Amino acid sequence: MLEDKDKIFTNLDGRAAVDLASSKDRGIWHQTSRLVKRGRDSIVEEIKESGLRGRGGAGFPTGLKWSFMPRSSSLPCYLVVNADESEPGTCKDRDMIRFEPHRLLEGCLLSAVGIGAHCVYIYIRGEFVRESEVLQEAIDEAYGDGLLGKNAAGSGYDLELYLHRGAGAYICGEETALLESLEGKKGQPRLKPPFPAGLGLYGCPTTVNNVETIAVVPTILRRGASWFSSFGREGNRGTKVFSISGHVNKSCNVEETMSVPLKDLIEHSAGGVRGGWDNLLAVIPGGSSVPLLPRSLCETALMDYDSLQELDSGFGTGAVIVMDRSTDIIKAIARLSHFYKHESCGQCTPCREGTGWMWRVLERLAEGRGQTSEIDLLLQVSKQVEGHTICALGDAAAWPVQGLIRHFRSEIVSRIETRQEKESSSAVLAEEPA
Amino acid sequence: MSSSMVKITIDGKEHECDSSLTVLQACEEVGIEIPRFCYHDRLSIAGNCRMCLVDVSPGPAKPQASCALPIASGMNITTASPSVRKARKGVMEFLLINHPLDCPICDQGGECDLQDLALSYGFDRGRFIENKRAVSEKYMGPLIKTIMTRCIHCTRCVRFANEVAGIDSIGMVGRGESVEITSLEKTIDSELSGNVIDLCPVGALTSKPYAYRARSWELEKTDSIDVMDAVGSNIRVDSKNGKVMRILPRLHEDVNEEWISDKARFSCDGLACQRLDRPYVRDEKKELVAVDWQEALSRTATSILEAKNRIVGLAGDHSDLESMYALKKMLLALGIDGFDTRQGGACYDPGFRHGYLFNTGIGNVSRADALLIVGCNPREDAPVVNARIRQGWLQGNLRSAYGIGVACDVSYPCNWISDSSSALLEIASGKDRLGVFATLNAAERPMLLLGYDALERKDGKEIWKLCGKLAEKSGMIGEDWNGFNMLHRTASAVGACEIGFNRRENGINPLLVSMAKGEVDVAIVMGADEFDLDSLEKCFTVYIGHHGDRVAQVADVILPSAAYTEKSGMWVNLEGRVQMGFAAVAPPGEARADWRILRALSEHLNVVPSWNSLQELRVALWKEHPDLRELDGVLQADWHSLGDVVSRKEGLHATPIVSRCKNYYMSDPISRASSTMAECTRARRELREKDKAA
Repeated sequence: MLEDKDKIFTNLDGRAAVDLASSKDRGIWHQTSRLVKRGRDSIVEEIKESGLRGRGGAGFPTGLKWSFMPRSSSLPCYLVVNADESEPGTCKDRDMIRFEPHRLLEGCLLSAVGIGAHCVYIYIRGEFVRESEVLQEAIDEAYGDGLLGKNAAGSGYDLELYLHRGAGAYICGEETALLESLEGKKGQPRLKPPFPAGLGLYGCPTTVNNVETIAVVPTILRRGASWFSSFGREGNRGTKVFSISGHVNKSCNVEETMSVPLKDLIEHSAGGVRGGWDNLLAVIPGGSSVPLLPRSLCETALMDYDSLQELDSGFGTGAVIVMDRSTDIIKAIARLSHFYKHESCGQCTPCREGTGWMWRVLERLAEGRGQTSEIDLLLQVSKQVEGHTICALGDAAAWPVQGLIRHFRSEIVSRIETRQEKESSSAVLAEEPA
Repeated sequence: MSSSMVKITIDGKEHECDSSLTVLQACEEVGIEIPRFCYHDRLSIAGNCRMCLVDVSPGPAKPQASCALPIASGMNITTASPSVRKARKGVMEFLLINHPLDCPICDQGGECDLQDLALSYGFDRGRFIENKRAVSEKYMGPLIKTIMTRCIHCTRCVRFANEVAGIDSIGMVGRGESVEITSLEKTIDSELSGNVIDLCPVGALTSKPYAYRARSWELEKTDSIDVMDAVGSNIRVDSKNGKVMRILPRLHEDVNEEWISDKARFSCDGLACQRLDRPYVRDEKKELVAVDWQEALSRTATSILEAKNRIVGLAGDHSDLESMYALKKMLLALGIDGFDTRQGGACYDPGFRHGYLFNTGIGNVSRADALLIVGCNPREDAPVVNARIRQGWLQGNLRSAYGIGVACDVSYPCNWISDSSSALLEIASGKDRLGVFATLNAAERPMLLLGYDALERKDGKEIWKLCGKLAEKSGMIGEDWNGFNMLHRTASAVGACEIGFNRRENGINPLLVSMAKGEVDVAIVMGADEFDLDSLEKCFTVYIGHHGDRVAQVADVILPSAAYTEKSGMWVNLEGRVQMGFAAVAPPGEARADWRILRALSEHLNVVPSWNSLQELRVALWKEHPDLRELDGVLQADWHSLGDVVSRKEGLHATPIVSRCKNYYMSDPISRASSTMAECTRARRELREKDKAA
């Protein structure tokens, strides 16, 4: 268990006030100028050493990403903070913005120094209306206190920060679609390469980072890379905010060490599965985009990138969705499929056509309408989508379906058979004249 | 662009390719075709159809879209492995699940990319048992028919509209499986709109006038040259049963790339209407009566011989080199030197070859970095050239564009300074208030477009000379750059100048004046319908033409001739490029090719020419003008002064430069006879009225 003294987000539960003064009481903006003055190289080096990996889902090493930014560029560089948190089950960024906005803003300043940007855009999900108000208030406070703007926090570094509200599209959380949207265009992912570090916002070098990634930067710089990397396993360092939702007694956002056992996380932090551990059916361990884990695998799973990958699932955003035995698992995955069908941008063929196809088949299978051969068809369709699309939404749509078929094929088969039996018996009844 | 060669391996064979290429282009270069729908050489890369997947190592262990992936040294590309085929088959299945598969009633059938690739990558049955998607049709005007259920969302049309045509009314709305291509239910406001029909890889956008008229495999295809403007776009005339069914562009990198204007493509239905299919003469009751060729020719010959020297010859906008040469030779043999094609009265001295050519060359237009437009609307006068200017602007080459004349939307930013020729004088003096001269002078490759609106004036020749002076003074004339360009409007103009058919520096005006004064007894009008008909009142008019248009109504003798699709001929485009077109169909009824008519008439006049066939005529023409022998060749003109401007203010008239082109869609006998062009005219008028109201 992560001790309170090692928690980065000290107000994740929102018990304390969020204004600048109380934020300062919690250590935010404390001697930030000294951290800024350490300079770009030192900051990037510290982050690299800390082993911090991007918290948005893909888990790319943050320090490495920052080091891709050009050293000398005639163009301005941008830091874009991805606050378009829309993944079902994931709600960590939202609470960070609501209860720790200044931690994010301080992180923006330090990260901007790390990549050589003097301009930061925070792209916040359109539905986060209150959150954007809180964040805007915090930005105004910070500007008023000289923490942002010219000579930010008295460090001699100039930083302009803008909050931009999206219009509520999941795909705009994909970094290049986010940039398109920010530029005022239709939110559709760009082709990569070129990557944003070379050709990003308005054609300039850009780094896009998740809210959590940015928000943990100040604490890492204050307490040192070795402190941060003392948590978790090799390659999976640090602390992480987990969102636990679904059939648990106390759904919550909680900060824990990386590599915490999934069972511990659910049992201790979330008050356990509704009706006890034995009532557990399956867990989606990393936000809706990753394959689910049946209870048997949940016993041993560790919440980190490597362990979950070994189990053919993924760490994703670290949002744990718990489903107990009362869950209609096929219906549940069909609902997720509907989400991806609804949120696909429609740009590239496999995702545009495949998400709808998978959803329709699943809807039928959830009611037992269909043939058992369609399970393999569904699996093939998901494989035809996976890895063939412009962005990762295609993969995200395919994986939950694959997870379902991998672990609950028998459930689907029995549902089809039950329905067929029912229909044939009612057909027999209908045949007999009265 | 840095271009160095890198070594890559494609399907086990090592190749050396330019590093600026993408994987798809590199494969193409070594002769391996990669299937694609969204990729198009002349449009930006979208990478959305996912049909061009290939395996690439080193790289992620999943297939990559080859259209969007730049090649890198040491790359190992596999284009035909089972995994690649499987990936493409998967994409093909996705494309087909919501496609209506209505090939038997689809106009694209037989020339459909989806159909072709489905042969290689499709399954023989569908696995999709859900309901198919249906999409409502969109209105795109009288030229483009939409069946949007067939759309595969490649966005080629959207990219063409945004990038080449410069219009924003085609776009993609919605998301996921409900994305739709939309047109805002408006007529596509572009002179290049028809090209989206060619670009559409499926039958979603097809030609409205051509709908259900023929199947592609029934068509006879003939190479020809477009005569609707002076660009000389390369076209292919598709005919069936002796009728022109449609006109498509042919690829010519230096002229029209693969675009043609809507007038070039869609005016062909006018070829079947209002045709003159037999000779006529006007009788005592002033009525035209049908006669046979013998009588028509002898009647003409009698009039001509009676008229002695009081004869003029006018050739029209579509005239080919051979017929103009034949007419010129006939008239010269009769001792007559009054002939011209410049019906609108454009004044310039055809003695200066560089003074009437598009010296920059169409292929170089997009390299220009500053532009001055004088008296023309390049978007309507030469849509394909204008698209190149826009391309230059998009590429960042063209930084400033100015215009003198009637302000119009040219699809790139252009500062229309004034409609007065005095503004030109001010710029040419080098001291204009807006700094246009300074901009041109500072530019590396400045360019000037001089159009007919400025030349078809009393002071046209002064403006022409002034532009020559301006070009010299502002550094447009360099060793490897000549920015002085005349933007001709008619296909015959440059050819006529080249063979000395146009040779008067004051153009046609003195001829028209003497005709009006009654000093001319016979006017031989060959396809010319755009000049002031009042001047014909006192003449015996012989009309050699193919449409019952303006002159045919007042002519005393009508000798029916062939339209451009019905004859083999040479045309010289505005940059001086000699190109040859071939007859796709036979002329209707008793109509004959112009050169045959002139040959027969010459015989009646006892001035028998040396040629008995078209080939002999060409040989004679080439002997006299050896530079015209090289087909598709452009002979550059050396620069020397166009002559001094007469005086400063007095030479120029104060009247504003006005637009002579009243209606882009109906500017010649063929397009005036075309019901499609009439529809376009109506649609554009409605669009303008709607815009005005909004």
